[in-house]
Amino acid sequence: MTKTGEKLFIKGNEAISRGAIAAGLKCYFGYPITPQNDIPEYMSAALPAAGGEFVQAESEVAAANMLIGAAACGVRSMTSSSSPGISLKQEAISYLAGSELPTVIVNMNRGGPGLGDIGPSQGDYFQSVKGGGHGDYRTLVLAPGTCQEAYDLVIQAFDLAFKYRNPVMILGDAILGQMKEPVITWTPEATDESEGKGWRIVGAKDRPGRILKSLHLSEGALAKHNLMLKNKYEDMASFTQKEEYQTEDADLIIVAYGSIGRIVKSTIKKLRNEGHKVGLFRPITLYPFPSDDLKKLAEQGKKFLTIEHNLGQMVEDVRLSIRTIADSEFFGFYPGNLPTPDDFEEPILKALGGK
Amino acid sequence: MSEEKLVFDRADALVDVPTHYCPGCQHGVAQRLAGELLTEMGLTENTLLVTSIGCSVFLYNYLNVDSVEAPHGRAPAVATGVKRARADKFVLSYQGDGDLASIGMAEIMHCANRGENVSIIFVNNTVYGMTGGQMAPTTLVGQKTTTSPAGRNASKEGLPIRMSEIIGQLGGTAYSARVAVNNVKNIRKAKKAMKKAFEVQQKELGFGFIEVLATCPTNWRMDALKANERIEEELIPYFPLGVHKDVTAEVED
Ligand SMILES: Cc1ncc(C[n+]2csc(CCOP(=O)(O)OP(=O)(O)O)c2C)c(N)n1
Ligand code: SF4
Repeated sequence: MTKTGEKLFIKGNEAISRGAIAAGLKCYFGYPITPQNDIPEYMSAALPAAGGEFVQAESEVAAANMLIGAAACGVRSMTSSSSPGISLKQEAISYLAGSELPTVIVNMNRGGPGLGDIGPSQGDYFQSVKGGGHGDYRTLVLAPGTCQEAYDLVIQAFDLAFKYRNPVMILGDAILGQMKEPVITWTPEATDESEGKGWRIVGAKDRPGRILKSLHLSEGALAKHNLMLKNKYEDMASFTQKEEYQTEDADLIIVAYGSIGRIVKSTIKKLRNEGHKVGLFRPITLYPFPSDDLKKLAEQGKKFLTIEHNLGQMVEDVRLSIRTIADSEFFGFYPGNLPTPDDFEEPILKALGGK
Repeated sequence: MSEEKLVFDRADALVDVPTHYCPGCQHGVAQRLAGELLTEMGLTENTLLVTSIGCSVFLYNYLNVDSVEAPHGRAPAVATGVKRARADKFVLSYQGDGDLASIGMAEIMHCANRGENVSIIFVNNTVYGMTGGQMAPTTLVGQKTTTSPAGRNASKEGLPIRMSEIIGQLGGTAYSARVAVNNVKNIRKAKKAMKKAFEVQQKELGFGFIEVLATCPTNWRMDALKANERIEEELIPYFPLGVHKDVTAEVED
């Protein structure tokens, strides 16, 4: 049974950690990098206390590969990192996707490219939703905007990972990870002990050995595997989540996700009070992207402005979604600065005025 | 007519299929020893195998156990994940020298140092086999490979790395030894040492490491017999056989 717990005042990083443990996390593998250190720090004490395993790996490379091992055993496993660390994990993420192993990967996006800074950014959008590592594959990507949503989505992430036998990424940023908010904790129904039955490695008793692999050398075998993956990704497309705020009567829809979506919401509230008809469309699943819902808004004749904390990445998916009907303008707040609701007033008014 | 008696058979852990190895390659001998031991020690049903990259990757086709494939060099990290998820299972991995001593150097060192209760068989054939005979960290000085056409030059490429000595130095290692499979006597010794490495895992004493000197006739550009001779004449003098760490020796004393 779902059990509602306490009301806590905690950081986004802690909300993610607590949500994962509530979801039945068994193995966490990590490596320190700012701004997500609260996660391995929390896990190092709380996970062993909850009967799980914590390992501070020698590198992000090793941490992500430890995930391969744990995920192959059919247990709930997770790693977390931030941008440069996620780059190092991409080799293993490609293998996880290729071998169809379920796991959760948290990226608290910081500024880049390269070492960049430790401040918030949405510069890892492409890397997260388009694959990131080598080969044809996708990871499910969930982008929480509040600490409560972070808690809730990490629980959902484990279910999705096992449902699709695929890695699921939680994409946050330094704002989400570092801010404190009230979070109501809850524990999902007891996780299914039979998770992974039929494919996980447990020892070959009374049957031939099972092989979890991504190597397909015989003629046509890889093509068959890729077709199966494609069908799986198409299946995932039926599962999308988004928040719509004041979109019904809006002339202009702002498309923004994560922390930026939330800051833009404050701007929209202010502009609404001043009589401007603006609404917010906040994708929560970045892959699959909620294209159909966005298209419906385009069919109603709305205008679009995509706002991101980068040089323009999600705007490509927005344009793809509505391309047969409308276009989207773009405003990029460059990583390296921290936006406030005021920063978005001018670009929104400009887009509105251009009608 | 005298009655026929079966004195030698395929171990149950070994799948009855032809292997893909080149004639005279000793991967097959090392894998056979592992399969015999899994059978004799009753470990087959309890084993989770982590395979690596290189000519060894197809081991999952030859051992009848559950297995997962690791990216190049990362098998010790994958094995760590398997063991942490299923501490009750016997975790075995098998890596070549390019895999373990080059790209995967960090993963092997830290897996050993953490004292993970896993067993790793390390096949040292002084060359990258699968990719066509390039220089490995274990390539001998003067040895010609496709990327050291004039022979390995120590001043530019360093000296060949002696892994079982290095692994033997680490705190988490319970057993580290180097063996060869070039003659019957050495094969018997190799099996004994491999068994020790498996036993320390069963007793949860720490990391078990077996380095097996092996031939790669194809990339050594030698016939099988010449390649086998090279083990005695060139490899063993630089990579001496023997035990570099055995914590059970201390326990039993
Ligand atoms: C990241 C990555 N780099 C390179 C390769 C190509 N590769 C495949 S096998 C191999 C060498 C393996 O050599 P070794 O470990 O000595 O094994 P052997 O084939 O000799 O048994 C390399 C470099 C790869 N698969 N992945
Ligand atoms: S290339 Fe070398 S290591 Fe690979 S199978 Fe042939 S002889 Fe063995």
